[in-house]
Amino acid sequence: MRTFAMIAILVASSGSPLALAASERTHEFTLDNGLELIVQEDHRAPVAAIMVWYRVGSSYEYDGITGVSHALEHMMFKSTKTLGVGEFSAIVAANGGRENAFTSSDFTAYFQQWSAENVSLSFKLEADRMQNLVIDDAEFAKEINVVLEERRLRTDDNPQALASEATRAAAYQTSTYRYPVIGWESDIQNMTGDDLRQWYSRWYGPNNATVVVVGDVDAQAVLALAKEHFGLIKARTIAPPKPRPEVPQRGIKRVSFSSDKARIPFLVMGYKAPVLLQAVADSDIESWEIYALDVLSEALDGDASARLQRNLVRGREVASHVSAGYSSAQRMTTLFQFSAVPRDGTSLEQLEKAILAEIDELKRVPPTANELERIKTQVVADSVFERDSMQHQAIIIGSLESVGLDWRLNDAYTANIKAVTSEQVRLVAEKYLRPESLTVAHLLPEAAQ
Amino acid sequence: MIARINRFLFVLGSLVLSVDSIAGPSIESWTTDAGARVLYVQAPEIPMFDVRVTFAAGSARDGEQKGVANITSALLTQGTDELDANAFSDQLGATGAKLSTGARRDMAYLGLRTMAQEEYSVPALALMEAAMARPRFAVDAIDRLKARAMIAFRHKQQSPGAIIDEAFYADVYGEHPYGSPPDGNEESVAALKRDDFSAFHQRHYVARNMVIAIVGALDKDRAQSIATRLSAALPQGEAAPALPEVLPTTGASRHIEFSSIQSHVRVGLPGMRRGDADYFPLLVGNHALGGNSLVSLLFKEIRSKRGLSYSASSHFTPMAQAGPFVATLQTDRSQQDEAVRVLNETLADFVNNGPPDDALKAAKQNLVGGFPLRIDSNQKITEYLAMIGFYKLPLDYLDTFTTSVAAVTSESVRDAFKRRLVLDQLVTVIVGRAKASDDS
Repeated sequence: MRTFAMIAILVASSGSPLALAASERTHEFTLDNGLELIVQEDHRAPVAAIMVWYRVGSSYEYDGITGVSHALEHMMFKSTKTLGVGEFSAIVAANGGRENAFTSSDFTAYFQQWSAENVSLSFKLEADRMQNLVIDDAEFAKEINVVLEERRLRTDDNPQALASEATRAAAYQTSTYRYPVIGWESDIQNMTGDDLRQWYSRWYGPNNATVVVVGDVDAQAVLALAKEHFGLIKARTIAPPKPRPEVPQRGIKRVSFSSDKARIPFLVMGYKAPVLLQAVADSDIESWEIYALDVLSEALDGDASARLQRNLVRGREVASHVSAGYSSAQRMTTLFQFSAVPRDGTSLEQLEKAILAEIDELKRVPPTANELERIKTQVVADSVFERDSMQHQAIIIGSLESVGLDWRLNDAYTANIKAVTSEQVRLVAEKYLRPESLTVAHLLPEAAQ
Repeated sequence: MIARINRFLFVLGSLVLSVDSIAGPSIESWTTDAGARVLYVQAPEIPMFDVRVTFAAGSARDGEQKGVANITSALLTQGTDELDANAFSDQLGATGAKLSTGARRDMAYLGLRTMAQEEYSVPALALMEAAMARPRFAVDAIDRLKARAMIAFRHKQQSPGAIIDEAFYADVYGEHPYGSPPDGNEESVAALKRDDFSAFHQRHYVARNMVIAIVGALDKDRAQSIATRLSAALPQGEAAPALPEVLPTTGASRHIEFSSIQSHVRVGLPGMRRGDADYFPLLVGNHALGGNSLVSLLFKEIRSKRGLSYSASSHFTPMAQAGPFVATLQTDRSQQDEAVRVLNETLADFVNNGPPDDALKAAKQNLVGGFPLRIDSNQKITEYLAMIGFYKLPLDYLDTFTTSVAAVTSESVRDAFKRRLVLDQLVTVIVGRAKASDDS
């Protein structure tokens, strides 16, 4: 997974940014009311992916209302001043559409995929729910129960997800990345229709949204449709959330998590790591560091030839499963994360030591010329493979823009990765994979304790 | 405001189902000298191509050695006659290509996606060929994958979704080869030896048991030479025999105790095979019943109206023999009885009375209007070719898809569901706590 858009929560995304100069096929516009529109023409099939991204997610929330962004996403499918309950989805389905939405820490995104001739219909529907949403209390009472069922399904009945949630909450002291996207159970239970109505009026304005269209369309025609449908919506006063930067971590944090449902042990480790937005804004962090962290992640766990697979799954055979991941397209300090399941006969302590030893080894012997060449070839290949999915292209553009980055960075991604040197990988490993910024969680089945 | 409502309704009401067929991609097909069937679509837009080979070598061919198909498939990328696992992954990584393998109940596959330039694609194809035809079956890799399987078995035991999946197949299929989990069980996998994998490979990974799908930026000459070479790398062998037919179920019901907050529920029976005469009435009918994601009857009754479950759906999985029909939901234990009742009532109403006209119309509109999305990427076209080839469906399956959907009537759906979804044969499995407790 070599990508800007490796979104950790509630979004399954894979692949990498585009290699070909997308700028030649991509057009950016801003309407008078501040709505941003990005159109990427792709004429391979007579379809289009249409997405509306709002710059709001769980990291915009605060104690007591966690999960409100996600709950609001659910209610966006209910009713508006012009459409009754269920009509939105009925219209999409009747026109051959697929639709859904997802919420992350940093954004909330809605999409339709269908024949390219339906861009106008997408815009009509999205413009309607951007300004006319009706949150009916009786409908809300049912839907919040659905959200609770979703939380039970994804998290509460899943020991590894529960342990990961606890790890995030421990790793971040001040950052709102500590909140689960779906929210804490008690916050969901105590949420009201008023909470959602306030959240909607605070964040859902054209000037806080990016519309992305990828497909068999003409950019100027899409612009005209956008003006027709979104152009008259009044901008809102959007007050950005008060900054809650993560305070520096001064030592290793440990989480010990036990579960009566778990049958296998599980290890999570995360180091505080910077994101690209900080490199753009902050002179202490250079952009190359971000790309070097991407290469570092690849060297550890890019494919079956990467070091963790070679040395821990094969080689020493201490891990049944191990992965490393890092996503630079976020708003705030993130985690360079590892997760692993030990082989029988290996303890979590031994597995943790083995991963730490691999990190030390990488600082001592950074990627060889062969390793670097392999990683760079794979990044080039992924940038080609990526083009097979319009939806994925739309997700990359939308997620970059929604965290405050320029989608054009995507064009430069391959070149920036190619410029990374072995020494730079070593330097970022030294600078960021340090014990004092590490959080470790051990999940143990209760029977094993 | 009224005007706006009318405009929306106009959009909804004015749709007329096209009975014109929408052409699928242009498929060329041939059989190699070695006996492998090939399906090929040229797609020059992106400088890459996909090669997907399938064999009738899924877990339904395990016999008594449950799990042998699955681990054989996983071993293919763990080294070849000339390369150990490290050298193999190094060389594959250097091409930038992605090579995946897998085994389901009917089929095993290898899928390669590579950049089209020969600098990358020639070595990538050579590695795919070696993995497919000359796997190393190294003892250390076998031990590693068996150990991983043992952990996976325990991992499944902490997941109510995995537990119910296994139990549902067991109860619907009994002793039929579809009844056991594709990855086998602790006892069967522990007993597997190196000879078992190489014997399974020699028997099933043969040219006459093979279908090759090729899609992407390569001309027919190159596709032909790739297919010829891949199939010639294998013994000719024989196509696998037909699997036994599936027996009807008797409508059993089972509860499996598990300490989850939610109860997981599955209701179903053996559904249909690929190429089934009732395929389109069942597909379209199920789309109305539980397949048309946010607007199906089950979704509306269980989630939209009552808030009982995050997901509520039904689907058919057509296979070589009758694959399952299943309706599924998950809900807090305290709501289990109500959710099961609504699920069963919705099923019974649909079978007894046929689809409501508006639901059937919506299903057909979605399937016809959404057809272009089924073939909008090389990935999807490759999967269709593999499916069409493996199950010997007509090459115009995609070309006639929309007209076949449009031809489905309320009567044909009701007739097909009455015959195929016999209500007293439905199998029910519930995983969760036996009793709802007030203090949880």
